[in-house]
Amino acid sequence: MGNQIHDKANTGFLSSLKGSPSTDEFIKGLWRDNPVFIQVLGMCPVLAVSNTAENALAMGLATAFVLLMSNILVSSLRNFIPKQVRIASYILIIATFVTITDYAIQAISVELHKSLGAFISLIVVNCLILSRAEAFASKNSIGKSILDALGMGLGFVFALFCLGAVREIMGNGSLFGFPIFPSTFQNWIVMILPAGGFFTLAIWLLIFNLLKQKKSIA
Amino acid sequence: MKTESLWYIFLSASLINNFVLAYFLGICPFLGVSGKMETATKMGSAVTFVMIISSVCAYGIHAFLVAINAPFLQLISYIVVIASTVQLVEMLIKKMSPTLFRALGIFLPLITTNCAILGLTLFQTNKGYGFVESFVYALGAGAGFTVALILIAGLREQLEFAEVPKVVKGTVITLLIAGILSLSFMGFSGLGS
Repeated sequence: MGNQIHDKANTGFLSSLKGSPSTDEFIKGLWRDNPVFIQVLGMCPVLAVSNTAENALAMGLATAFVLLMSNILVSSLRNFIPKQVRIASYILIIATFVTITDYAIQAISVELHKSLGAFISLIVVNCLILSRAEAFASKNSIGKSILDALGMGLGFVFALFCLGAVREIMGNGSLFGFPIFPSTFQNWIVMILPAGGFFTLAIWLLIFNLLKQKKSIA
Repeated sequence: MKTESLWYIFLSASLINNFVLAYFLGICPFLGVSGKMETATKMGSAVTFVMIISSVCAYGIHAFLVAINAPFLQLISYIVVIASTVQLVEMLIKKMSPTLFRALGIFLPLITTNCAILGLTLFQTNKGYGFVESFVYALGAGAGFTVALILIAGLREQLEFAEVPKVVKGTVITLLIAGILSLSFMGFSGLGS
């Protein structure tokens, strides 16, 4: 499938960029510490809205936007927020940006908003965003936090797209709504159902584990 | 008529549209603490407790926000209520059972970011449930969450004795089991209709 070619291109690109520490903040989220495939964070939206490639991409971008904005704000306020109430403040910051995103999506496309449903609001409780705020943005400069958020966000988008594309191709015989198989193709309905989400993610994780194992042997 | 529809809300939240297996809400603790039967049960009851309190509070908040015409505050106020409830539960558990407190570890404060709870409050608002309905809905969702957690914990305990290839150990095999469980839960979809 196209994704595998993409994966290969990605590794080549990565190895050529290794070394410089500031690009490293960006790269680590894309591949080595990919939020979904390696850290297994933020699973709920990953499984719930990845039934089509379009939904997955929209959800991924929305999450990446919230991640970027909250990382910037948390990082710039890191010297003002008292230690005891930091988690609560992070959640409030995140909730504010999610509300903005929610209304923005509603303004851009009502249809998309309907198909994503309550899951946009649920970005608030995406463990990925809170964990980046706590583990990275609260300790690092704004510039670094932006790079970190961009890397993690893109890694998240990439992972969501991998899942969404596979599920849509198998379950619907199409990609972004365009049919790619001849009409004789029997759709695998199970891939669109909740169970398909679990299976697809399991298989992607399996591929990543295999790659990791190969690397450690070599 | 009234009791019948309440019964249906309960059934639908706990089995037909199980929060974990059909809506994918609360996957993090589901994968994290589902290793042991005992912790799973207690985690399930803690989550159910937080769910009931948050859902009742969310009902009140929603009514208030509608009254002052400020729906954009909904998300923020819900999350604050949930966070405070979790804090309360954390203090209670720490006081009553330090062993359990240690066993749940980081996953206790993480109940705040359990999507199942925020999801529950948002869904009940979207569906326009009243006070009693919200309560029953929360009860059903909590029961469903606990059942899913216990089922997977039981399966994982058995898995300890099975010989699994190294690459699928851990998350991968758990996800596969969850997928099969989710398939079997679809069998409930004929119930109550």
